[in-house]
Amino acid sequence: MSATDLVVTREITVDRALRGRRIDVAGVAFQTLLLLCLLVCLFFIIVLVGTVWSDGWPVIQERGTSFFTSDLSRCSEEPCLSTLKPAGVAQGIFGSLALAILVVIVSFPLGIATAVYLEEYAKESRLKRFVQLNIRNLSGVPSVVYGLLGLAVFVQILGTNRGEGGGFTGGRTIISGGLTLAILVLPIVIITASEALRAVPQSLREGGYGVGATKWEVTRRLVLPNAFAGILTGTVLSLSRALGETAPLILVGAFYGTFFTTGDASFTEKFSTTYTALPQIVFQWTTDPDRAFTNLAAAAILVLLSLTLLANLTAVLLRNRYEKRW
Amino acid sequence: MAGVTTHPAVDLSGNRRRIVRERVIHLLFLAAGVSSLVISVAIIVTLLGKSFEFLTNIDLADLWTEPHKWGPRVAKYDLATLFMGTLLVAGVAMLVATPLGLGAAIYLAEYARPRVRRILKPILEVLAGIPSIVLGFFAIQWLGPQIVQRVSSEADAFSLAAAGLGVGLLVTPLVASVSEDAMRAVPHSLREASYGMGARKLTTVTRIVFPAAISGIVAALLLAASRAIGETMVVALAAGSIGDANYTQDVFDVGTTITAAMAQLAVGTDKVAAGGGRGAGQAYNSLFFLGLLLFLVTFALNLVGDVFVRRVREKY
Repeated sequence: MSATDLVVTREITVDRALRGRRIDVAGVAFQTLLLLCLLVCLFFIIVLVGTVWSDGWPVIQERGTSFFTSDLSRCSEEPCLSTLKPAGVAQGIFGSLALAILVVIVSFPLGIATAVYLEEYAKESRLKRFVQLNIRNLSGVPSVVYGLLGLAVFVQILGTNRGEGGGFTGGRTIISGGLTLAILVLPIVIITASEALRAVPQSLREGGYGVGATKWEVTRRLVLPNAFAGILTGTVLSLSRALGETAPLILVGAFYGTFFTTGDASFTEKFSTTYTALPQIVFQWTTDPDRAFTNLAAAAILVLLSLTLLANLTAVLLRNRYEKRW
Repeated sequence: MAGVTTHPAVDLSGNRRRIVRERVIHLLFLAAGVSSLVISVAIIVTLLGKSFEFLTNIDLADLWTEPHKWGPRVAKYDLATLFMGTLLVAGVAMLVATPLGLGAAIYLAEYARPRVRRILKPILEVLAGIPSIVLGFFAIQWLGPQIVQRVSSEADAFSLAAAGLGVGLLVTPLVASVSEDAMRAVPHSLREASYGMGARKLTTVTRIVFPAAISGIVAALLLAASRAIGETMVVALAAGSIGDANYTQDVFDVGTTITAAMAQLAVGTDKVAAGGGRGAGQAYNSLFFLGLLLFLVTFALNLVGDVFVRRVREKY
């Protein structure tokens, strides 16, 4: 129980003792009103989940695993005309996971290194304060703007050789998308990692210096291992944010069409051609004039929500497992 | 301040390799630290460059046409339509998020007992974790027909109001968490002094704690407004426009915002970009111009919000 919790409990006790059995009508009304605000939020969450569930669950129930293993298609349910198979989210799951891996590879090391620089290495200086202000501002930049950055830098400048195809990212590929999302979550990674580093007690560092360790040795052997849980929690949470982002992906061109299959493409080919991701599929199906796709969209949302829930759950479990109390 | 870093007072190692390694590692971390500045510069350069190209290649009168209509594919870049749409959506969102978020924050900070708080706080965390595209779907499927169309029988199935409600739910957790932090930062001595004077809980909360936390609460509202203006997917789905939009001042009408207009332009970016000719290329460049406007507005709100947040920290 923290100090704040104790004080709150104390206040309640004193309040009761002074008031006796009389009831403060206005006070109770106010408190009820406040509680109602939270309950309204809860109500909306329940209705939201209920709506998605009632639209989407029948699709998953009916289609079974074929919903997870089949590609995008113009056909929403069986029987399909011609040789089409009913649409599924296989490409979306692959795309979202590949994007997540790229985010982990790029933004986690860079973000944690920046946090280490700010918390452990940088002396109080104008540069440090400016970098911190800049990071706070970056975390407030709307995600579409990151999409524009990705479009101009990763898709066009790095994606083409003097206007021709090829280039480092190959244009509208999963690599461009992943890099864009990595930059999008970078400020969040930095901020959460900084907080975790700040929570490591100063005495630990001083103990390290006392036995003659250098700055890097102290950082690597003492600070980082002890901040590990906090850093991990923050980074996993930022991953779940990346998984749900749609707007920047639309801008950097996650594929928005139905007639494409990467089903028989090799693993490397999948990284150099068109791609899609779960939120993108939800967007596409929700805007589809064919009403049958609405239910498919709800089913895709269920998949998306379970992925983000899984990421969040991992974060909570990791935190509980490794959390340290000083 | 807890963040003061200590440095080894004297380097006693005397080992040349160790010293070199330290220097190299220091430089690597410095490079990482500076990389975030590179991102900011890249954003600004990109936006400014393409916006300049856009503004020099169009007829500036197209930015404010009469009658107002947003139609980038027919070279009508009317900003009034987008500004009004953005204002309406953000306005509805703040009307929803301010009472809900502040109410939740006051309850959690002042009334909830520790155990109750542990149960209720996750409600906001779950709400904050829902991807915006999912809230967009919810706005179309439920908020539109069940709330907006019940309030006004003339409302469209898609409307700015439905989008605003969705965005409002999205920013409520932000309002709640920032203002709860601000109220928790108010020293207990203030509350105790109030109780000591015989004030009841209600008076203490509304007359003492709330005013003491006001700069944090203002910050919460500013940051939330910035988020609401920058939110894209809920509006792109629920506001009902598909590329073009007419000027409207009616929240129950179909419309578009700066962000939604960008998303819809980008859905067809390939077509727009590859169209060739001056007109077609400008629709693509207009994306960056809108991005610049959006960046400037949210940047200003965030900066002011940041000043307020730090005032809370310095005061207590």
